[in-house]
Amino acid sequence: MRSQLEGSLAVAKAVALCRPEVISAYPISPQTHIVEALSDLVRTGELAPCEYLMVESEFGAMSAAIGASAAGARAYTATASQGLLYMAEALYNASGLGLPIVMTVANRAIGAPINIWNDHSDAMSQRDCGWIQLYAESNQHAVDLHVQAFRLAEELSLPVMVCMDGFVLTHAIEPVELPTQEQVDAFLPPFDPRQVLDPDDPVTIGAMVGPEAFAEVKYLMHAKQMQALDLIPDISGSFSQAFGRTSSGLVRTYRSADADTIVVALGSVLGTIEEVVDELRGEGERVGAVGITCFRPYPLEEIRAALRGARRVIVLEKAFAVGLGGIVGQNVRLALSGHAVSVYDTVAGLGGRPITRRTLRTLIADVLEERLEPDRLAFLDLDWKLVERELQRVSADPRSGPHAENILRDIGSVAASAHGGAR
Amino acid sequence: MSAEKLKLYQVGTFAVGNRLLDPEQRTVQARMERSNTLTSGHRACRGCGEALGARYALDAAMRATDGRLIAANATGCLEVFSTPYPESSWQLPWLHSLFGNAPAIASGIAAALKVKGRNDVRVIGQGGDGGTLDIGFACLSGMFERNDDVLYVCYDNEAYMNTGVQRSSATPPAARTANTKPLGDEPGNVFGQGKSAPLIAMAHEIPYVATATVADLHDLEDKIERAMEFHGARYVHILVPCPLGWGSEASETIKIARLAQETGLFPVFEAEAGEVVAVSPIRQRVSVEEYLRTQRRFAHLFGDPPRADVIAQLQSRADRNIRRFGLLAEEAA
Amino acid sequence: MMERPFAITLDVGSSRANKTGSWRTERPVYVHRLPPCSSACPAGEDVQQWLYDAEEGDGGYERAWRRIMDDNPFPAVMGRVCYHPCETKCNRGQLDEAVGINSVERFLGDEGIARGWRVEALVPPSGKRVLVVGAGPSGLSAAYHLARLGHAVTVYDAGPRQGGMMRFGIPKYRLPRDVLDAEIERILDLGVELELDRQVASVLDDMVAGGFDAVFLAVGAHLGKRAYIPAGSAAKVLDAVSLLRSMEGEEPPQLGRRVVVYGGGNTAIDAARTAKRLGAEEAIIVYRRTRERMPAHDFEVEEALEEGVLMKWLSTITHVDGGKLVVEQMELDETGFPQPTGQLEELEADSLVLALGQETDLSFVDGVPGLEIEDGVVSVDETMMTGYPGIFAGGDMVPAERTVTVAVGHGKQAARHIDAWLRSAELTPSVERQSADFGHLNTWYYTEAPRSLRPQLEAARRQSTFEEVVGGLDESTALYEARRCLSCGNCFSCDNCYGVCPDNAVIKLGGRDEPYAFDYDYCKGCGICAAECPCGAIEMVPEEI
Repeated sequence: MRSQLEGSLAVAKAVALCRPEVISAYPISPQTHIVEALSDLVRTGELAPCEYLMVESEFGAMSAAIGASAAGARAYTATASQGLLYMAEALYNASGLGLPIVMTVANRAIGAPINIWNDHSDAMSQRDCGWIQLYAESNQHAVDLHVQAFRLAEELSLPVMVCMDGFVLTHAIEPVELPTQEQVDAFLPPFDPRQVLDPDDPVTIGAMVGPEAFAEVKYLMHAKQMQALDLIPDISGSFSQAFGRTSSGLVRTYRSADADTIVVALGSVLGTIEEVVDELRGEGERVGAVGITCFRPYPLEEIRAALRGARRVIVLEKAFAVGLGGIVGQNVRLALSGHAVSVYDTVAGLGGRPITRRTLRTLIADVLEERLEPDRLAFLDLDWKLVERELQRVSADPRSGPHAENILRDIGSVAASAHGGAR
Repeated sequence: MSAEKLKLYQVGTFAVGNRLLDPEQRTVQARMERSNTLTSGHRACRGCGEALGARYALDAAMRATDGRLIAANATGCLEVFSTPYPESSWQLPWLHSLFGNAPAIASGIAAALKVKGRNDVRVIGQGGDGGTLDIGFACLSGMFERNDDVLYVCYDNEAYMNTGVQRSSATPPAARTANTKPLGDEPGNVFGQGKSAPLIAMAHEIPYVATATVADLHDLEDKIERAMEFHGARYVHILVPCPLGWGSEASETIKIARLAQETGLFPVFEAEAGEVVAVSPIRQRVSVEEYLRTQRRFAHLFGDPPRADVIAQLQSRADRNIRRFGLLAEEAA
Repeated sequence: MMERPFAITLDVGSSRANKTGSWRTERPVYVHRLPPCSSACPAGEDVQQWLYDAEEGDGGYERAWRRIMDDNPFPAVMGRVCYHPCETKCNRGQLDEAVGINSVERFLGDEGIARGWRVEALVPPSGKRVLVVGAGPSGLSAAYHLARLGHAVTVYDAGPRQGGMMRFGIPKYRLPRDVLDAEIERILDLGVELELDRQVASVLDDMVAGGFDAVFLAVGAHLGKRAYIPAGSAAKVLDAVSLLRSMEGEEPPQLGRRVVVYGGGNTAIDAARTAKRLGAEEAIIVYRRTRERMPAHDFEVEEALEEGVLMKWLSTITHVDGGKLVVEQMELDETGFPQPTGQLEELEADSLVLALGQETDLSFVDGVPGLEIEDGVVSVDETMMTGYPGIFAGGDMVPAERTVTVAVGHGKQAARHIDAWLRSAELTPSVERQSADFGHLNTWYYTEAPRSLRPQLEAARRQSTFEEVVGGLDESTALYEARRCLSCGNCFSCDNCYGVCPDNAVIKLGGRDEPYAFDYDYCKGCGICAAECPCGAIEMVPEEI
């Protein structure tokens, strides 16, 4: 049924349709509307049977989900930012134990400084924890990904996090087609746990594994996650058949087949990117876009295939590795090794700074007109004057060494340009 | 002609069992069909009080639930010595997640059972003093406040034993641990207010709270059984001496637990909905010194120079407990 | 069967593959220590073992009775006359009060009589014949054991009735005759032949004449010692032994209204209490030292005082005449020896009974080669044999403490040695057991349980009749009393070891002899079981490395 509703509510309804049995809820902006809506659904009986636990922290939330999942219940929770970090220990535990928990991450920046607005630094910080990571481009995509996530998690026995941009998607009211209960029931069978706590067949779960076997356990986990690269397209295909619309699984391409220049991104920014692509195509530029839906496991082959033929790849990402550079950018370069292509890493939208069509057009123009150099980390829309003033202020510090001086030199040399470059 | 009335058996009230006792009056441990929920082959130290306490509590719980029990365990000695791959000593469904989340995973398990309508299966969460009182405290409090249907058992050996005997909030004053050594002017652990988990549990007004030691098996089993009669959050705190960490003889584990109770240092009582309802009176009171001398973690109090002042402070804590809980029979009435 | 992800999930109980027994440096073993009661019993009863049976109640009573009968054929008698050194040594005395072992034995003995429990010979007839001289406790005990061991036994007694001092020395109010008769009858029912009024003038002659392969002498010390006391012609002086013997006759002796008994032993007490029952208004015991120094057992003194017997301490008798005697006051010197003070006093007395000790007429062993007599008693070796091969002796006629229980013990020992001697075999020595001291116990586990008191006849009836003064315990009280036993050094299945092992390394087998076994595959040797065994039946021994 198609309706206009807030992203959080749409996701809550989609999750409810998946018949979770235990929901553990701890509020954090911008996820609050999701857990509030689920609370209402449980109270009115629309979602039943379901135990809704109001836990004492995100660590408690993931822990309760772990316990519930191990006892054979379909478990769900949601969080963002600081909350995701607070449950970091439990994330690794859930994936290590192979429990098919589904979690919504309403992407939000991580402090300090505290910031409640959207970027990808939270999910990116946990990219290696063993969870499958899916990034929704729109609220419809988020709804569809949640339904697929439960099936994916339970078939593989691995937890899945569905990331959606905080505020940008969660609080946006968009038209969304919600599936019916019958459709979801047909698509998602009841949870049949691979291993479960049951007095009739007791087992010990969570043993201590020493040097003699730990590496094997970890390899097996890696191998299992890699299986998702085959399973996701399968499920995505089944979804299309069952629900009558495509829902990107691993990678989605937009006008990239014959493109010279391709912009790669995750999440809701792809909507803006596609509009800019259309504009530029109208002006004769051969530009395209590639959206990565499944970031972990990393669909290396699919990305390589999607970017084949491009001479320039612009990676636009909402987080970066401090002290190093782009995260998605590095991952994309892996897919491009051996190809003759220039890769431009650009960090944008940190802490919720809007990414507009204008700034995107400027970025692409800078690339096409070679005002931007490849292989140098760029920051979209950064206030270089402010940064320069600050750096000059601290440059009197005798502790500044060669790297600090390089930064200063860089700023001095390109101070006139709209974009700075920094190594 | 007159004669004395028949009284108690000579042994039976206090011993594990007795062939003369009605089987129903014997402890669960006396029975050949006891669950042995924690069975042989585990890697606990010789004379480990926690291994004993865990078997005691779980066998009693298994009996009370007819074997329909799931356990959630925190990281710690109990978890490590019982489940080193490939060997597990547990004979019931058992989950270990993290150090600080045993109460929370127990809550999750209880929620899962509830939603599935499995009201015949009960949940026990367990951990040591570190996992319960320190790192797991937030989760414990949350579980209490929500009144989740979990019996949480804390095995208190008064320090972080598994990591090498470091101080926890349960470590008694003056005790030596790896980071509260008898150096400087204040030898051993500080004289703080302590952190009484049972009293804090009572402040949450949960249905049932009790303390027990491994020295009084009948009492411990009765309390587990009683706890299982309630639904909702329940807490049992068991003192389990650790020969390695406390520096005591492996054979004296039970004796030392007994002395802890008999000095008044470890009050044994039961509470329901936040109020003390019963107290196990001291049978043969002893001075704290008798207790302290059994453990090398207090040896510095008898060294050169001896610290009679510290011992006196400990004695006054014991005295306070006796007063506060009414641990001497004539006061308990 | 659910999937078990590699290493994350383990099967239950898989730890049993880890045999932690390899950690041990010492191992626990179950022991059977010798408790002080069993060690102290002159009759060699394994007291703890029969209390173990008795405390089970119901069928346990007969099992307990049979255990006693293996060592002692007189439980009902013992329960009345034995001075219970077992109780004196009982470890429970250091906890609260000694177990009333004697009262339980009496209960069992009385049950045995009431229910008509029988005993049989243990082996087929051996064809050997043994003569027992004296049908007192020692002789009858020997006869009983010899008969059980298959030998044909004949008992000669010079007196008109069997029982020895049990009948002729111990008054009825301490040992009712029907009880005595029943227990002796049970011995005779084993086929023992008894000839009364049969004096032995020469033991060697009778041995040959009767075709006996061995002889056990047990004639007792049946003569009262006579001390020289200056006496007038009207003085009525008799000895206690004769007095008590005469109580078994038809005519009670006439002692008069005031009777003085001279002496401080149990016989003196018996004589005084008997005098009271015969109608004496006053019975006074005159003893040269103090109450603490009296050889008589204190409870007997107590009972006598309750009955109104008077005691005159630190006094000796210097002269006796019709109607009165002269008493000299004594005082104890530094060594505790009484010294005359010279102060004299007159005491009214119609008769004087001397209770100054007993001796034996040993003329019947005159001329037996090798047989030695010293200080009026016959010397025997550790097999109870005299210097003459095949002639054994026991009871009051050999050097020993003079009690019924000691005599009964001699009878058993002698019987076993005679049996070995007859078979030309060595008596297999019993296994040496370590003693079960109070220090081995963990007394925490024993509940407060005060000792039961036996009912006593009211004072008025005690003074006028010869009814038994001290009653027995009823069944529930006897059972309770038996259950007060701490079972020192011997397992009584309290399940403590089974319960306190942190490694679940004690196996419960059930049963009486080996109720538990240690699982040495897993036992780490921590020693908690030994420390928490209430009765000290577990010992830690070094592991052989």
